[in-house]
Amino acid sequence: MKKDLLPRPSLSHRTGRWFSRNLIRIYAVLAFIYLFIPVAYTFAFSFNDAGKSNLVWKGFTLDNWKNPCGAPQVCTAVANSLEIGIISTVLATILGTMIAFAIGRHKFRGRKTTNLLIFLPMATPEVVLGASLLAMFLNLRINPGFWTIVIAHVMFCISFVVVTVKARIASLDPKLEQAAMDLYANERETFRYVTLPLVMPGIAGAALLAFSLSFDDFIITNFNSGIVSTFPKFVYVSAARGIPAQANVIGSAMFFIALIIVIVGQVVSRQRKRG
Amino acid sequence: MAFLHAATGSHSGPKSELKSKSWTPYLLLAPGLIWLVTFFIFPILSLASTSTMVRPEGAQIGTYVQELRFANYIDAFQANQEQYIRSFVYAAIATLLALAIAYPLAYMIAFKSGKYRNILLVMVVAPFFTSFLLRTVAWTQILGDEGPIVSTLKLLPFVGDSMRLTSTPFAVVSGLTYNFLPFMTLPLYASLERIDPRTLEAAGDLYANGFTTFRKVTVPLSMPGVVAGTLLTFIPAAGDYVNAAILGSPSTKMIGNVIESRFFAVVDYPTAAALSFTLMATILILVTLYIRRSGTDELV
Repeated sequence: MKKDLLPRPSLSHRTGRWFSRNLIRIYAVLAFIYLFIPVAYTFAFSFNDAGKSNLVWKGFTLDNWKNPCGAPQVCTAVANSLEIGIISTVLATILGTMIAFAIGRHKFRGRKTTNLLIFLPMATPEVVLGASLLAMFLNLRINPGFWTIVIAHVMFCISFVVVTVKARIASLDPKLEQAAMDLYANERETFRYVTLPLVMPGIAGAALLAFSLSFDDFIITNFNSGIVSTFPKFVYVSAARGIPAQANVIGSAMFFIALIIVIVGQVVSRQRKRG
Repeated sequence: MAFLHAATGSHSGPKSELKSKSWTPYLLLAPGLIWLVTFFIFPILSLASTSTMVRPEGAQIGTYVQELRFANYIDAFQANQEQYIRSFVYAAIATLLALAIAYPLAYMIAFKSGKYRNILLVMVVAPFFTSFLLRTVAWTQILGDEGPIVSTLKLLPFVGDSMRLTSTPFAVVSGLTYNFLPFMTLPLYASLERIDPRTLEAAGDLYANGFTTFRKVTVPLSMPGVVAGTLLTFIPAAGDYVNAAILGSPSTKMIGNVIESRFFAVVDYPTAAALSFTLMATILILVTLYIRRSGTDELV
């Protein structure tokens, strides 16, 4: 404290400011480089003329992008992942949104237990979730396959949907719904024309989150997939021998598609705010 | 909609009271909660039951009967102590590294990014649109013997030709740090962004310099984000086996690798179940202790 009363502290103040102004930016740039290096690698190696084992750079080609199904197992795996992702997303989004509305907008008994039941799957390591589901399926003599993957994905996506949609419901201004009621809208109309449209961005975000969790999940899927292949499982299994470059094409394409969806979403929500 | 009346306090009448006893919330909750009970709670119980099973003598591989043999836990733990401890050590180091990388990044986005804030936030999440397995495999190329890092390091006089980065603990911990980084960055950002800049100004007015302000105001106010971020990183990292499988070697195996191989390669379900259960219990205990501890720390 004493030091600060001297006339000199402005210098330490200034260096401190310079520190926080510039060093942190340099640091952030380095952190972003770190984040993007593997993505850049994946993208670059999607142009590798490597044949089956895509570990060493052998020359530039566009063939992999022109013919992403050149390695047939890749396409089967991606098709499975998309199908599982879509079904799981629809189910988890419906079930999770219903729970979110109950928690956010209703009084009921057992709220604490409900919250715990939502929280626990998120606090459990994936390997335990996967192993426990498989233990149950084995005990019930159910052969794991396509539908056991869907069951598992819906299970771990529900909690994330609830959390996302609940946050959106909590941020709504109750006055809007009140206004609708004052204008003689009944409960159903208020929900249909006021509440639901306002919560929709949250539901859409939750669905995107659920889809990306499902599409990218490996550990739980690996336990409960039997002989069914998904995209992450395919990459894992072929990692030792070398992954066909077509997998990098799929990975890079997913990156750009997701990026476009996010950017379009941002632009739309910004325009709405302005309008 | 009873909630409207409950939330605003206005429009309250006999109708709303009647409604608050309605079945609506239970009907909304039922399908999702039934799903969670059937495919989360019931499997956990099934796992607990499997963990005390025993394979009868001469029975087929994969056949087990319930004998309530709790010694399975002791056997499983003793046989895999090393991997078990390693998982928590690796996860702890990865969590600390992620915190060190993510905190300044989140701070920059929250306070110094201006109009680029949304773009930077998208950039934090964007790498994770590429499959995490592909990115982990990319790390094997980056850290590989022919990769840019090893070749550069080998130019240094004191680095021997035998130097390797893949198949080392370093590679596994780096992989864990990298893969769970957004789970650290986003909660940190959320709590930093909520800090009222006026509190920082007030600290400056009270003659705190930049560092003191950071230490006495910013850090305590961002504690909820630190707690959430460390939990979201530590829990999946402790149970992960993909990084250890792809970037590591047999001597960097984590508990997840053991559980996986017990299930699939060895078909020893009771040991796998006992290990999973121990892992889950340890994590829940650590999480509870940590939340309590950080709760009191915040008050100090």
